[in-house]
Amino acid sequence: MANRITLEVTRYHPAHDEKPRLEAYEVPLRKEWVVLDALNYIKDHLDGSLSFRWSCRMGVCGSCGMTVNGVPKLTCATFLSDYAPGPVRVEPMKNFPVLRDLIVDTSDFLLKLAKSKPWIIRKVEKPLDEEYFQTPTQLDAYKQFSMCINCMLCYAACQVYGLDPLFSGPAAIALAQRYNLDSRDQGAGERLDILSHHEGIWGCTFVGECTKVCPNNVDPAGAIQQYKLTATMEWVKSFVLPRGAK
Amino acid sequence: MINPTEYLPKSYHTRISTYWWLTRWAYLKFILREASSVFVAWIVVLTLLQIRALTDGPAEYAELQKWLQSPLLLALNAVSFFFVVFHAVTWFNLAPKAMAIRVRGKRLPGLAIAAPNYVAWAAISAAVAWILLRG
Repeated sequence: MANRITLEVTRYHPAHDEKPRLEAYEVPLRKEWVVLDALNYIKDHLDGSLSFRWSCRMGVCGSCGMTVNGVPKLTCATFLSDYAPGPVRVEPMKNFPVLRDLIVDTSDFLLKLAKSKPWIIRKVEKPLDEEYFQTPTQLDAYKQFSMCINCMLCYAACQVYGLDPLFSGPAAIALAQRYNLDSRDQGAGERLDILSHHEGIWGCTFVGECTKVCPNNVDPAGAIQQYKLTATMEWVKSFVLPRGAK
Repeated sequence: MINPTEYLPKSYHTRISTYWWLTRWAYLKFILREASSVFVAWIVVLTLLQIRALTDGPAEYAELQKWLQSPLLLALNAVSFFFVVFHAVTWFNLAPKAMAIRVRGKRLPGLAIAAPNYVAWAAISAAVAWILLRG
């Protein structure tokens, strides 16, 4: 294995640059290094002005999502040696406005996430000294969707979101579904009203790339299709059943 | 007036190319899957034309058959057959994603949902073939 590899990194300074450009850096190629280690090497030894987000370095915080050789990846879980002999192209996540270098503006996602009400909604709260019990089977019903770390790789992979920024997007819908399937939750109706429209679940054309890039196997594409089935059943029920029987 | 205290950074917005679906095989496969609906619609129209010709009488049906033997129609139907098969296969393969069926608390594996679709497809095709080919 050669002991060095070239990284082509996006550079963009909003005050000086009209548009982003690529800059090449040569970094050591070590077996145990991930792309994030190489970026930190550049920042520490070659160019301290390179800007990127990162925190935990172990696939938990979801901060270091970038585009590596065209594919959305968590750079802390993407080994450099898999791209040898290089070069490796590191760009900001697609479909988001670029603020500087590899940093994107995630405000749109945060607004959409809040809109889908990803918290437990109760019609009547139990007194504080009473618990909400849940069996392992009830936990299993939503556990997969609760593994989302809000890394937004699914938004970077979603062509629908890229073409129509009004689309709620994969993670926001998967997280809505996570609470819909929670036995303690009673807010499925509220979320259905918010998400069963053209910019919500029906905007998804099931390209399926969101599921492929998800580092935690959340399967947002599956969540959306299952939600479509639920929404259709609710629509049928609204015709068949008398008002208020839902 | 813009609130001077509001954080309004300048940012760069990329645009998706019109030809984004040519950049990756997965995207092209998706577009082909969606486009296959057009050929499915054509097969439906063709079936309706056949039923109409059948009800009109043997002469009309023979005329339709002659029209269907033209090279253009043969080529169109060959392409349509490929797309209809592609449509069915991709639909059956995606069905387990949309259906999370739980039996005794455990989610059924994808194969258990896709397989009955394939079995039904094969059985119905065999039945149709038997009706048409028995002489």
